[in-house]
Formats: sequence, structure tokens, C-alpha cells
Amino acid sequence: MRTYALLAWTWIRAAAQYPVSLALLAVATAVVSFLDAAAILVLFSRAPRIAGFTAPEVLFLYATSALSFTVSDLLLGTTEQLGERVRLGTLDAVLVRPVSPLIQIATENFSARRLGKLIPATAVLAFALPRLDVPWTPGRVAMIPLMAASGTAIFAGLWVLTAAVQFVLVDSHGATKSLTYGGAFVTQYPMTVFARDFVRGVTFVVPLAFVNWQPALYVLDRPDPLGLPAAARFASPAIAAVLCAAAAVAWRAGIRHYRSTGS
Amino acid sequence: MPASEDGPMIEARDVVKSFTVRGRAGVLRRGRTALRAVDGVSFTVGRGEFVGYLGPNGAGKSTTIKMLTGILTASSGTLRVCGLDPSRRRTALARRIGVVFGQRTTLWWDLPLRDSLTLVRRLYRVDAAAHRARLAELTALLELEPFLRTPVRQLSLGQRMRGDLAAALLHDPELLVLDEPTIGLDVVSKTTVRDFLERINRERGTTILLTTHDLGDIERLCRRVMIIDRGRLAYDGGLDELRRTVDADRTLVVELAEPAPPIALGGIRAERVEGARQWLRIPREENAAALVAELARRHEIRDISLREAGIEDVLAALYRGDHAYWCSGRPVAP
Repeated sequence: MRTYALLAWTWIRAAAQYPVSLALLAVATAVVSFLDAAAILVLFSRAPRIAGFTAPEVLFLYATSALSFTVSDLLLGTTEQLGERVRLGTLDAVLVRPVSPLIQIATENFSARRLGKLIPATAVLAFALPRLDVPWTPGRVAMIPLMAASGTAIFAGLWVLTAAVQFVLVDSHGATKSLTYGGAFVTQYPMTVFARDFVRGVTFVVPLAFVNWQPALYVLDRPDPLGLPAAARFASPAIAAVLCAAAAVAWRAGIRHYRSTGS
Repeated sequence: MPASEDGPMIEARDVVKSFTVRGRAGVLRRGRTALRAVDGVSFTVGRGEFVGYLGPNGAGKSTTIKMLTGILTASSGTLRVCGLDPSRRRTALARRIGVVFGQRTTLWWDLPLRDSLTLVRRLYRVDAAAHRARLAELTALLELEPFLRTPVRQLSLGQRMRGDLAAALLHDPELLVLDEPTIGLDVVSKTTVRDFLERINRERGTTILLTTHDLGDIERLCRRVMIIDRGRLAYDGGLDELRRTVDADRTLVVELAEPAPPIALGGIRAERVEGARQWLRIPREENAAALVAELARRHEIRDISLREAGIEDVLAALYRGDHAYWCSGRPVAP
């Protein structure tokens, strides 16, 4: 962790040597993300509810998804370039250094610009929370940071897992992107807008439903359209832990594969 | 296991690295062949040595380097670098060795060289004071000052290589492994790099293992050469010894007063004719002086020179796989 912070800081300082371009990029990143949220509001100008959810509720889902995804992207997003590194052979440079390859790759090009994406997510969350029509019990309040953290961990696990796949399938970058970026998109909307089988898939196969959907059902006091037991609403931390463990195993296997084949 | 301080720097015993190559064997069948890139290599490198590791393309040089540095895991055999098993103790070993790949940089493209070196300091956890002193020293030796603030991607190849060398030596490693460090460099840059390597080997006692295709590197720097061919170590010994053991022919270059048909003298014939100039290959056992005298009697000669077989010829013979030709010297027991 300390190494991660030190390396990230070194990169931030390096990027900060061009303050104008840094500021412009941060603003541009923030604006693009805001447009996503604006699109949701546009939808609601035509209909009061979408798939049974009000505008603040959908914005709440959007914000929690965006927050989790952005933080994970901030921390690990550059790992998606792994296949490229394997192909170009630049992974070797990482392996001859005395720091975990994952940390080195994750911190590469770390820039304060990426922080720009956090602004819309937090702003929309701040906008949506007071407008939610729910009784704020201590449990509901505590669930907000918990779901943000679990969601981040689930996305983090997905980043590492999809990166690990690229050790073997060097050109799978496009396919693995659909899991991470696709996951970010899917979790922005109430699962009720999707087909039932798809929802089963993102619940049981790729546990995207646990990023924010399941805990949100608890916060918003909604029944689960799949009829899962109430415990599922609180399963996110456990799911996140399992996924991260699987990702760690896959990563190690990937490194071992690379070191035995060299490509 | 404590890393030994006085043992050899590198110890390799029967090291093998085989890859499975998937290829198309038929229309549908996919064949799998095991390729032995390194096939039972054994050698020892002592502290403070400067060793050249040679071999034709694809002979197994880079694979060996990658195993030594812990990037690749050996399929079998034992390997110790700085007393550590590179495969199991990759991270611990990384702190004690420096690695430079001539073909690609280990620096970061978008960062100015100075920031790249700061990042290296973080990775190796060199403390700030030691880093400053070392950086000042390397900056002076490698003449980095003019381009410390330039992003790596804008550096010329020679500048980049000097930057890479600085990055590999900032943590004061015991062993420096260089994979073709002078590839593509101009004469001036080559000289700077060679002078620098020679100096750190002499003054700091840094052990250096270098692969190269540049014979100037070897003649200038390496007291010892190891030659790998088709995954096997073909020669391991002194450079002078290698040159002596190879029974290489000499070449006589004769410039006649005017163009003439190819010269034929006894068994010797001109191998190449270019205008008035002719090249004759003289076997070792032939008396060159007698030959020149005979030539002068028959032709009007404007100029004449006798060229001893250089290291190029020695290696060319070697790479051609002309085993009988050079194994007469001091071959490595298979």
C-alpha cells in the first residue's frame, strides 16, 4: 500500500508539471461523466418512472455505480493494458524490479486527472440522497459507504481478473473490456430494465448485481425481482472478498504462466 | 537462506528452458513441439568479471538472460545469482542486480528522464541522500545533464541508452546484465557506453554480463567470452585463447597495376576480384612470404596487404556450425 501511494504520488507530481493540460483534462473528464447523468434526467423528462424507479432512485444507482467504478478505475484501470505489455515485451521491465508487477502497472501514468471522474459521481450522489423517499435508519445510512466499498472491491477484482486473462489470451482486451466498462454501464440502471436471464447472469455468474443493485434494494426498500432471500442484500462484502481472492489467484497463475512461456 | 557474499556471482548447472511451440501441422491438426531454447547450459561467473555472452540470433542468449534475471523460470537445472534462486527470489534478486535491454527501454516514455530516475529510486527504495550522490556521479559519467528534463520518448537512442544505464545502476547493483547495450548506437555513443562500463567494472567491481553482436564491444571490454549455439554452450574461455585456437585462414589483398584475370597460384585462387584488386585466401600452413615473392615475380603489384583472421571470422566460422573448425581449441565438454 505504501509503495502504491509513493509511486502514484511520483506519477502525480510528474503530471503536475503541466498544470494547464492537467486542469483541462480533469475538467473534460468531469464534463463527459456529467453528461451520462444528464442523459438519465432527460429520460425522466418523458416519463415519471423507469421500470418502477423514480428519478432520484435511478440517480442513486447511477451515483453508487459510478463511484465504485471510478475509484476502482482510478486504482487499477491501467491493468487493462496488460495484453499490450505482454505483446510488446514491456512486461519484462516490470519483472526485473523489486516491486509487485500489479502495483507497478496500476500506478503507471497515475494522474490527478483521473480524480476528475470522482466529481460527477459524488455530486450526483449528494444530489440524489436527500431526494430519496426512504426512512433513514442507521442500517440504511451505514449501507451507503459499505456498498460503495464493496462495489469498488468487486470492480477491482474484475479489473485484475480480466487483466490476468490477458496473460494467456493476449488479444482479449476488447472482450474483457465488456466486463469492466460493461459492468459499469449495467449497474447504472435498475436491473428491472433488463431481461430476467440477463439479471440472473449478472447475479450468479459475474456478480455485478452486488455492486449496488442488491444493497440498493435494501436501502430503497424494494422487493427483489428474482426473489432472492433477504440475506442477498447484505452479501456484497462477502461476494467482493471471494471475487478479490479469485482475482489474486488468477493473477498469480497469469504471472507464472508468463514466466514459463515468455509470451 | 542467507545470500552468500563471497560465492560466485552466477552459477548455472544444466540449465534447460524448453518452450512448447504450437503450430499448424495439417489443415485441422495443431501440432505441439517442444523447443529447447536453452539445452543444458553450465557456467560460473565470479565476482568482478566482465563476460561477453555471444551467439547467433535465436541461439538462446536472451532466454538465458531472462532466466538469470528471474523473468523466466528454468524448466530444469539449478541457477544461483548472487546466491539466490532467481525464479523463487525474483524480488530479492531485483534489488541486487541491474538489467538493461538494448532493444527496449525500461524507462517510462512520457516522463522526463529525471522523473523516471526518481521513480526508480522509489521502486528500489534508495534513500534520498544516497540517490542524490549516485545520480550526480552517474550524471557526470554518462553526461546526462543536457537531457535530464527531456521526456524519454524524445531522447535519441544513445541518450536513452545512457539513461537506461543510469536507471539500472542507481541502486548500486552487484551484477549488471546487459542485453545488446550498444545496438543501433553511433560511434560516439558506443564509446561513451563502453568507457562507462569498463570504468564501473574496474572501479566499483561491478560484475558485468553482456550479450552483443558488436564485436567491438567484446574486443574492447570482455576478458572472457561464452558462446552459445543452438541452446548449448559452445565455448567458454579467454578471448585471446579463442582467437588463437581457431585455425583461421589469412587473406591476402593484392592490388595489381591493371585489371587481370583471377590469379591462380598452385592451389590458391583469387576468391574475389574487383577491378585491379584481388582477394586470396591463404591456408594457415602456407608460407605467405614465399607466396608474395612468387606473386611479385609474375605480376606488377601496386599494393599488398595481409589480413589476419579477426574475431569476426572466428565467430562467423563458429556460427556457421563448422564445429570441427573450432572445437579443436578448448571446447566445453558437451
